[in-house]
Amino acid sequence: MVAVAVSREQVLEWLNAVPDPEIPVLTIADLGIVRGVTINDVVTVELTPTYSGCPATEVIEQSVVDELHKHGVDDVAIKRVLSPPWTTDWITPAGRQKLKDYGIAPPGELASKRELVHGIRSIACPRCESLNTDLVSEFGSTACKASYKCSECLEPFEYFKCI
Amino acid sequence: MNKDQALLAYVARLGDNALVLGQRMVELVAGYPELEEELANANFALDFIGQARMFYSYAAELEGEGRSEDDFAFLRDENEFRNVLLIEQPNGHFGDSITKLVLFENFYLLQLGALRHCADTRVAEIAARAEKEITYHLRHNTNWLLRLGDGTDESHERVQQSLDSLWQYTGELFAPDDIDNVFEAEFEGPDLAAIAERWQEQITTIVERATLTLPAEQWMVSGGKQGRHSEHFGYMIAEMQYLQRSHPGATW
Repeated sequence: MVAVAVSREQVLEWLNAVPDPEIPVLTIADLGIVRGVTINDVVTVELTPTYSGCPATEVIEQSVVDELHKHGVDDVAIKRVLSPPWTTDWITPAGRQKLKDYGIAPPGELASKRELVHGIRSIACPRCESLNTDLVSEFGSTACKASYKCSECLEPFEYFKCI
Repeated sequence: MNKDQALLAYVARLGDNALVLGQRMVELVAGYPELEEELANANFALDFIGQARMFYSYAAELEGEGRSEDDFAFLRDENEFRNVLLIEQPNGHFGDSITKLVLFENFYLLQLGALRHCADTRVAEIAARAEKEITYHLRHNTNWLLRLGDGTDESHERVQQSLDSLWQYTGELFAPDDIDNVFEAEFEGPDLAAIAERWQEQITTIVERATLTLPAEQWMVSGGKQGRHSEHFGYMIAEMQYLQRSHPGATW
């Protein structure tokens, strides 16, 4: 057993550098899936999955372990927490801005039940801000995105679904 | 059946329902004539398989015999699966698949809604996660049933046939067995009679909006929840389990 001499803040800062494997412009901290860090004999990182079947879950867990190993923290444990369930509301304001800059329309403000059941309002094009956009498909390249097109600048874009 | 046995069996069955439906949808991957439906189906299948993994992982922990989620999926025999018959039926045509999903997911969503408040924390947490996903599925699938029912003469007729042929499997969803009863009593689990009533109302509304006719009351098939499956099921799991049976322990 190696005595761990790092602070919680330090670990959180390191985690801030771990990218999401499917949307590498976002870090896992931007996504809001780091739920806690506890330091005893081992460093335990609590993570929550975004979607039940998200194939990135294991990759993210391994990236966290690798990142901490890189900084000399050998004893790392990952704890998967489910409650409260992740929604797009957990994405930080900085994360939303990064998504937009990357060309993905960020999710609306609240993943309310109403939006889930009754569909979505107009989505602004992340490039030209126009609201003159159309839904192409409620599904996209990953489980978390829908496909849109902008009728002003004629560019297709993805929307981070509000779930 | 004691409390612990009921919890394990209940959780494993939730996993069975999610896995078997997910596997049926996996069979359709790369078979849709349109990209949007292809993506929808693949995404939905992934949700179900993800939910199955969470339920099976928990079941394996509860059992405490060193089995894993994969052992539950790939190394159990036909009669050890306790999923309902409705979801193991072959895919048929697009209208059959959509009708099956609307019938099952309306039940599943009510079940998850009740489980979110049950006394077992882990089940409640998984249910809360899954509930959001199934809500999204149903928005899509209900719209399709409305479009098919209220569409062309041919789509109307064919989806009416889907409804008529799948209806016989819906009774089993609400027929409680020992596992349901002990789970309800010990863990404040779902009240299947109350769910049946709400399901009937919801399905009646959808069927009417789709200009379809609700099938008459009839004899209902059952047995899946007791591990007595339809003939189709053996073929399905034979394909699903082939790799692990032929090459035990294979990983990549």
